[in-house]
Amino acid sequence: MKTLLTGTAIALTAATLATGASAASHSISACLITKTDTNPFFVKMKEGATAKAEELGIELKSFAGKIDGDHETQVQAIETCIADGAKGILLTASDTSSIVPAVQQARDAGILVIALDTPLEPIGSADATFATDNFLAGELIGKWAAGKLGDAAADAKIGMLDLAVSQPSVGVLRDQGFLTGFGIDVMDVTKWGDETDPRIVGNDVTQGNEEGGRRAMENLLAQDPMINVVYTINEPAAAGAYEALKSIGRENDVLIVSVDGGCPGVMNVADGVIGATSQQYPLLMASLGIEAIKKWADEGVKPEPSEGKNFFDTGVSLVTDQPVDGVDSISVQEGTERCWG
Amino acid sequence: MTESASKGSDYESSLSAATNQVAEFEKPQGFVHKVQNALHTNPALVPLIVLVMSIVVFGVLLGSKFFSPFALTLILQQVQIVGIVAAAQSLVILTAGIDLSVGAIMVMSSVVMGQFTFRYGIPPFISVMCGLAVGTGIGAINGLLVTRMKLPPFIVTLGMWQIVLAANFLYSANETIRSQDIEQNAAILQFFGTTLQLGSARLTYGIIFMLLLFGVLTYALTQTAWGRHVYAVGDDKEAAELSGMEANKVLVSVYALSGLICAFAGWALIGRIGSVSPTSGQLANIESITAVVIGGISLFGGRGSVLGSLFGALIVGVFTLGLRLMGADAQWTYLLIGVLIIAAVSVDQWIRKVSG
Repeated sequence: MKTLLTGTAIALTAATLATGASAASHSISACLITKTDTNPFFVKMKEGATAKAEELGIELKSFAGKIDGDHETQVQAIETCIADGAKGILLTASDTSSIVPAVQQARDAGILVIALDTPLEPIGSADATFATDNFLAGELIGKWAAGKLGDAAADAKIGMLDLAVSQPSVGVLRDQGFLTGFGIDVMDVTKWGDETDPRIVGNDVTQGNEEGGRRAMENLLAQDPMINVVYTINEPAAAGAYEALKSIGRENDVLIVSVDGGCPGVMNVADGVIGATSQQYPLLMASLGIEAIKKWADEGVKPEPSEGKNFFDTGVSLVTDQPVDGVDSISVQEGTERCWG
Repeated sequence: MTESASKGSDYESSLSAATNQVAEFEKPQGFVHKVQNALHTNPALVPLIVLVMSIVVFGVLLGSKFFSPFALTLILQQVQIVGIVAAAQSLVILTAGIDLSVGAIMVMSSVVMGQFTFRYGIPPFISVMCGLAVGTGIGAINGLLVTRMKLPPFIVTLGMWQIVLAANFLYSANETIRSQDIEQNAAILQFFGTTLQLGSARLTYGIIFMLLLFGVLTYALTQTAWGRHVYAVGDDKEAAELSGMEANKVLVSVYALSGLICAFAGWALIGRIGSVSPTSGQLANIESITAVVIGGISLFGGRGSVLGSLFGALIVGVFTLGLRLMGADAQWTYLLIGVLIIAAVSVDQWIRKVSG
C-alpha cells in the first residue's frame, strides 16, 4: 500500500512537472486572478485579457475568488500559477496586505506580478500596478457636484454611500477624493468617516450592490430626509439609492454622483438618475497587463509607472451631459461608446 | 346479591373508596415556573417580548427619529425580503431540515422573471409565473433528493445553493436589468414595490404580502392536518410514519413550498431594488436562519411557531436601523446579532427544562 501511494505521488509530481515544463516550452502562459467572476467589472477585465492573450499567442488561465473578500482562493490561485510555470500574473487582490507573502513567492520564482485596479499594500509589493487613479475619480465628481450646486454648495446636505466597513483602499480613495473635490476637509486621508464638516449627514455601507444602496440611502434619509447630494461608491449602489429617493418622491431634487462607467451606469446618467460618473477602463487595464507580460517574457523588461505616480494610470473620464466650467468631462454619447459591462 | 352488596365486599362498592381523580399535569409552582410554562406553551412569546423591548429601548434613546411611523414602517420595508425567505426557512427547519439554497432560489427566480421578459419577449405576467415555477421546481428537487436518495438536507441544499447560484450567474451573464426599463416595459415585475401611503407611514405590497404569508402559514400549521404532519415529521419521522403519515410526501411538499415562497421573495426583491440584479441576496440563507433561530424555532425540528421567525427578522431590523441612527459602527450590529442568536437558543433550552 505504502509503495503504491509513494509511486502514485511520484507519478503525479512527475506528470505535473512535465505538463508545467511543456506549457512553458511551447508558449508563454499567464494568469489572471480577480476578486470574483460575478462582478461585471471583472468579467470585462477577463474579456480584455483573453482577447489580448489570444492575439499575442499567450496561454491565459483565469482564477477568481468565490465572493468579494475571498482571500484563500486567491492564494491557492497564485500557488497554482507558480506550479504551472507561468511567466506573469495579473492580480486584483481581495486582501491587499495579506496577499503579499504569496506574491513574493511568485516573484522569487521569476514571475512578473502586476496588480490591476487595486494597489497592494505596500504598493511596491507588486512589480507594477495598472489602475485607475481612484482619488482623482472621486475628485472629479466632487468638483463637478460643487460646481453644479454653485453657491448652494455651502449648505449642502451630503450622504456618503461607501463600500464596506472594512474600508478597502479603493473605497477610501474615492470617498476622500470626492470630499476633497467638493471642498471639504477630510482630516485623515487614509480613512473615511472621521470628517467633522456639518454638511456631511453620515456614511453608510452598500457592499456595492443595489440592495445595499437602497438600504444605506434609507438609513441616511431616516437621519436627515433633506439630503441633497449623494456620493456613491459605484453605479449599482447609485441605482439602489435612487429607488430609495424615488419612494419618498425626492428623486428629482437630489444630485447623485458615482464612479465606474459601466454601461447600465452610463445609461443612468443619460436618464438623469445619476448626475455624473467617473468612468474607468478595465478592458484597457487587462490588455496592457497582458502586453507587459509578453514584453517581460521576450525582453525581460518590466513596465514603468506613469510620470509622477507610483502606478501606471489607465485613465479616468468624467461622464455627464451637464458639463461644469473648469472640470473636464466627456459626453454621455462618448461614455456609451467606451463603457463596459 | 343484595346481601353481599350490603356487606361492602363487592367490586363496585369497594371502588367507591378509591380516589376518582384522572391523571393531570402538575400545577406550575411559583412565579418563575409559571413564566417558564407560559413561554413553553407559546413559543413566539419570547421573540415578541424581545421585539417590543428593543423598540421601546431605541424609542427612548432616539425619540421621534426612531419612534415614528416613517422609521417603523421603514424597518418593515428593510426586512420584507429576509422575512419572506425566513418563512420558507421556518417550514424546512420545522421538519428538522435546513435550506441553504433559499437565497440562490430567490435570485434565480428573479433573474428568470427578468430575462424571460427582456431576452425572449415573453409577456411579463407569464415570465413571473415561470419564475415561480422555477423556484417551486428547485425546491421540489431538494425535497426529492432528501427523501428518495436519503441525503441529509444540509448536504443537498449546500450543493443546490452552489449549483443554482452558479447557474444564475451563467444564465444572466451577470447583467443587470435597469429599473427604468422594467418600469416602462414590465411594471408587473415591480408590483411588490407599490407603496401605500398612510400619513407618514409607508407600506409596500411586499410588506403586506409578507404579513399575509405569515398569517396563512400560521393557520396552515396550526389548524390543518398538513400542519400537524409537518410538526410530527419534524419531531420524529419514524413515529410519524408508523402512525400512518406519508412522511416523504410531507417533506417534498415542504421543500417545494419553500422554493415557491423563495420565488415570491425574488419577485418582491425586484420591487424593492427596482432592477433585476444577479448579485443580490447572497447572504439570504444565513440571514434567514438567523431570523428563525432568534425567533425561537428549534433547529432539531418539530418545535416553534412560524410567527417567531417574523419577530426574529424584525428584531434584526430594529437593531440594524436603531444602531445606525445612533451612529454606531455597523460591526456592532453584527456583534449584537451574534449575541442575540446565542441568547435566543439559551432561553429556548431554559424553557425546555419545564418539560424535563
